[in-house]
Amino acid sequence: MSEFLKHLRYVLTENPVTLIAGTMFVLLIVAAIIGPAIVPYDPMASSASQSLKAPSWEHWFGTDQLGRDVFSRIVVATRLDLSIAVSAVAISFVFGSILGSLAGFFGGWVDRIVGRITDTIMAFPLFVLAMGIVAALGNSVENIVYATAIINLPFYARVSRTEVNIRRSSDFVLAARLAGNSSLRLLATHIYPNTLPPLMVQVSLNMGWAILNAAGLSFIGLGVRPPTAEWGIMVAEGAGYIVSGEWWLAIFPGLALMLAVFTFNLLGDGLRDLIDPRRRT
Amino acid sequence: MKRNDKLRIIFGRLTQAIPSIIGIIIVTFILTRALPGDPAVYFAGPAATEKSIQEIRTSLGLDKSMLEQFWIYASNLASGDLGVSVSTGLSVKEELIRRLPASLELTFLALLFSIGVALPLGIAAATRPNSWVDQLCRIVVTAGVSLPVFFTGLFMVYLFYYILGIAPAPLGRLDIIYLSPPSVTGFYTIDALLDGDIETFGAALSQMILPAITLGIFTLAPLARMTRGAMLQVLSSDFIRTARASGLKRSTVLYTYAFRNALLPILTTLGMVFSFMLGSNVLVEKVFAWPGIGSFAIEALIVSDYAAVQGFVLAMAILYVLLNLTIDIIYTLVDPRVGLES
Repeated sequence: MSEFLKHLRYVLTENPVTLIAGTMFVLLIVAAIIGPAIVPYDPMASSASQSLKAPSWEHWFGTDQLGRDVFSRIVVATRLDLSIAVSAVAISFVFGSILGSLAGFFGGWVDRIVGRITDTIMAFPLFVLAMGIVAALGNSVENIVYATAIINLPFYARVSRTEVNIRRSSDFVLAARLAGNSSLRLLATHIYPNTLPPLMVQVSLNMGWAILNAAGLSFIGLGVRPPTAEWGIMVAEGAGYIVSGEWWLAIFPGLALMLAVFTFNLLGDGLRDLIDPRRRT
Repeated sequence: MKRNDKLRIIFGRLTQAIPSIIGIIIVTFILTRALPGDPAVYFAGPAATEKSIQEIRTSLGLDKSMLEQFWIYASNLASGDLGVSVSTGLSVKEELIRRLPASLELTFLALLFSIGVALPLGIAAATRPNSWVDQLCRIVVTAGVSLPVFFTGLFMVYLFYYILGIAPAPLGRLDIIYLSPPSVTGFYTIDALLDGDIETFGAALSQMILPAITLGIFTLAPLARMTRGAMLQVLSSDFIRTARASGLKRSTVLYTYAFRNALLPILTTLGMVFSFMLGSNVLVEKVFAWPGIGSFAIEALIVSDYAAVQGFVLAMAILYVLLNLTIDIIYTLVDPRVGLES
């Protein structure tokens, strides 16, 4: 474990960009966990006398059309935005990697069926498919999660299929097979753990895309509904005020969204260095 | 002989698209039947009468078995029947066809912009690794995928319309003081040119610039990254070294030898770029009140107009398959190696 920490320190100090991404990641997590407890204003409290005030010392990011504090709303929204993305990515990671591993290990008709499923999903422009799924399942936050999970499934299935396939007949697997392990045991305990590093990089890169996707869906009015604080819907609500110069309503939540996505994308590259055993010397 | 081979390969690609299309039809069928409760009620819309619901139930064949229902669905599709949009009262097919040119015009201009920026940037970054161009390319690539497309759009509206005042109001394809040009292709810029009306052409183009750049920035990233990667790989290969050693001009080596070979992986990325583009099109259309099929779908989603939404999903998917097919065929025609091996 101490070796892992040493490596972690090495990775963080070697590349300052990863360090910045790591710090922003911690900030996001902190905001998601204790955000509602530390914000200066109630994110739901409206006040007619305070509506559409520009950013000031009192309201860092200004106030919206109902006089709600934009900064407080952005911080509180972190939890909802991150939990949508985390649940969606977790679902597609679990199902995608299991399907992909089975396809890569057994080949044959299993491979063909999994391949057909992923190809069919990929035959759609993905955001459009997500719209269709939410429209069909019903307009709720849960269904945003399912839709995002479904459109991300092929990426995990493909990565783990390739990773399992190239290890299927490598020497350490053959040795384990000779030692009398069953096929499923080989896959679960010998091959699958080795496919995790590339999958983890995929998870991190995918998180950013999942956040963007969920925010995009709520921007067009699906899933999260007002007055809930969520970045996509805050940008949508602020969009109408841009043309009259009240930029802070839409720009700040948009920036929060961008920073979150940026963090996960940068983290993906850092994570690759951290987990890849070939670099651990 | 060689020509026949290429034709045979192109035919093979065409048949490969059939399973995709079947898959798409099955998925959209499942989506319409996944509606909770009675699909007929959803398709008839919120203001439906008992009689209209009954009519839709018979036309969808909801009292029959799933297999029969699928058959009815597929044969309706084959005859081009996508149902009726309850929000506009017109058939979904007509609505989509009427609005498609607006979306396509925007997408093509965005694609031109993103190719026009991404290719030179990628080539410059690859020929001078670790220079400022390379760093710029890296920043653009990382920022491009992190920027929510609707945020970029709004920011540009604020900057170019509100602060600088050089862009027109983000309200559709043409300012209301202009009349839309006589429709030939449905593309306002081309129609205006055909009509010889330069002023309308300028107005239509200026409305399109901001949304097209917004859409282009988002798709620039994968293209620039691929161009850089492909060029780096080709430039380090033996035949480039030989070409250089033979004393060929730098530009000949770069464009005639290296770029042509790097073009193939770039062409395959275009498929992914289109997936991004068709999806973000919806968001860009909402930001700029662009009257394309994306805004149509959003309006339909809000009033629970299911036939319209499903028609939109199906149309986009078929369009995407066709675009991928076109890329495959161009690939076959461009790549001199295809057809020689077999």
